Amino acid sequence: MMIQNNFITKLASSNKRIDGRLFDQVRKIVVDDKIIEKAEGAALVKLGNTQVIAGVKLEVGEPFPDKPNDGVLMTSAEFSPISSPDFEQGPPRENSIELARIVDRGIRECGAIDTKKLCIEDGKKVWMVCIDINILDNFGNLIDASAMASAVALNQCVFPKYEDGKVIATEKTKKKLPVLYTAVACTFAKIGNHMLLDPNLEEEEASSCRLTLSTRDDGNLCAIQKGGTGHLSSADVEHALDVAVERGKEIRKLLK
Amino acid sequence: MKRSDGRKPEEVRPMEITAGVLENANGSAMVKMGRTIAIAGVFGPREMFPRRLQEFAKASLQCRYMMAPFSTDERARPGPSRRSKELTMVIRNALEPAVFLEEFPKAAIDVFIDIIQADAGTRTAAINAASVALADAGIPMRDLVSSVAVGKIDGKYVVDLAGPEEELSDCDMPVACMPREGSITLLQMDGDLSKDDVKHMVKIAKEACVKIAELQKEALRKRWFK
Repeated sequence: MMIQNNFITKLASSNKRIDGRLFDQVRKIVVDDKIIEKAEGAALVKLGNTQVIAGVKLEVGEPFPDKPNDGVLMTSAEFSPISSPDFEQGPPRENSIELARIVDRGIRECGAIDTKKLCIEDGKKVWMVCIDINILDNFGNLIDASAMASAVALNQCVFPKYEDGKVIATEKTKKKLPVLYTAVACTFAKIGNHMLLDPNLEEEEASSCRLTLSTRDDGNLCAIQKGGTGHLSSADVEHALDVAVERGKEIRKLLK
Repeated sequence: MKRSDGRKPEEVRPMEITAGVLENANGSAMVKMGRTIAIAGVFGPREMFPRRLQEFAKASLQCRYMMAPFSTDERARPGPSRRSKELTMVIRNALEPAVFLEEFPKAAIDVFIDIIQADAGTRTAAINAASVALADAGIPMRDLVSSVAVGKIDGKYVVDLAGPEEELSDCDMPVACMPREGSITLLQMDGDLSKDDVKHMVKIAKEACVKIAELQKEALRKRWFK
């Protein structure tokens, strides 16, 4: 593993990547938005060999007391043991909590969902949007893949039938979830002095730290998270910002 | 522009740092940033349990961030939440680059941080306290880690948001850095900012961190060189 890491670092210093991509090039993105019928919205995203499914279910529940007229967004992630020989079963660990919270923050802070329109009865009943992310195959950069899958799932999400105060989960309406924006996450791995967009598993292993930048349709930033134990210079951050805004636009087109 | 508490935009809240506030811990510190109060205690380097988790070539830095139930207006439910688990992780990641962990193979260095009063900026106060506590414990470090959050209110960048300002700000961007080289060890943001906003705000956060580092050093001097 050590030898591999050194090799990847050495490659980076001569401006190369192990899979031949450019530093600011993402892997091939394949989106399947028809895979789950029972969910209100769902998508399988393949980012290179990484595979992630996100599903949205809509439930009716009580709003938070401080926002009585707003719908509720909940995001959780499950690192399924089928996704990697290194994942173990058990309650959510730090990694999966962080993943879910980064994706959640991107969607929430960019105002992706018009939560005001999710109110059924002021202060009593609102729609709750539950995004569940299931990792199927981990070949690196789960954050971006999960954000993409969640964005597609939200974009195609429809309301289930709601009658006499009850959700009829078996029947879907044609009414779409009010989605205003699409948040796109761009994650970089710092290897040597370079910032590599969309790191694969080997690159993640060799990196000193990670930086995720989520952008909105207008090119503004809506969430940032540094991960991992290394450190970044201001120049690293500035370069990543420039790349994330540009690539974010291109990725967003694929998700619409 | 005046802020709700009369501060200038680039001014941090009144800050009080005291090193060596606990007797049992090998190193400790209390940091007050306005009304936010963090206490950090460091134990170790000591033997790592369970042994199977020992790291062969370096010490394990273990953190725990905790908010006391009485620290907020509404009682915070005790025990780890998803929020505190994530914060524990980012705080550890913010501190780790500064510590020479390779000096203590197989050992554990435990950093426990209790937030006893929360009024915005708890993770930044936690990092400031933890870094002083690590130094107080005599653990070799490359630099102190200093941390501050930056926000944007009415188009103006403001440093170290206080509780009442959080609602008004377009965003909340906590930053931690090692001030000597200016390398960033924590960077988070939620809100709505342009690319250039982010670049500028990282810069002013780093400037504020330099000032905070002076206060941290002063606290250590006070404790060790009377």
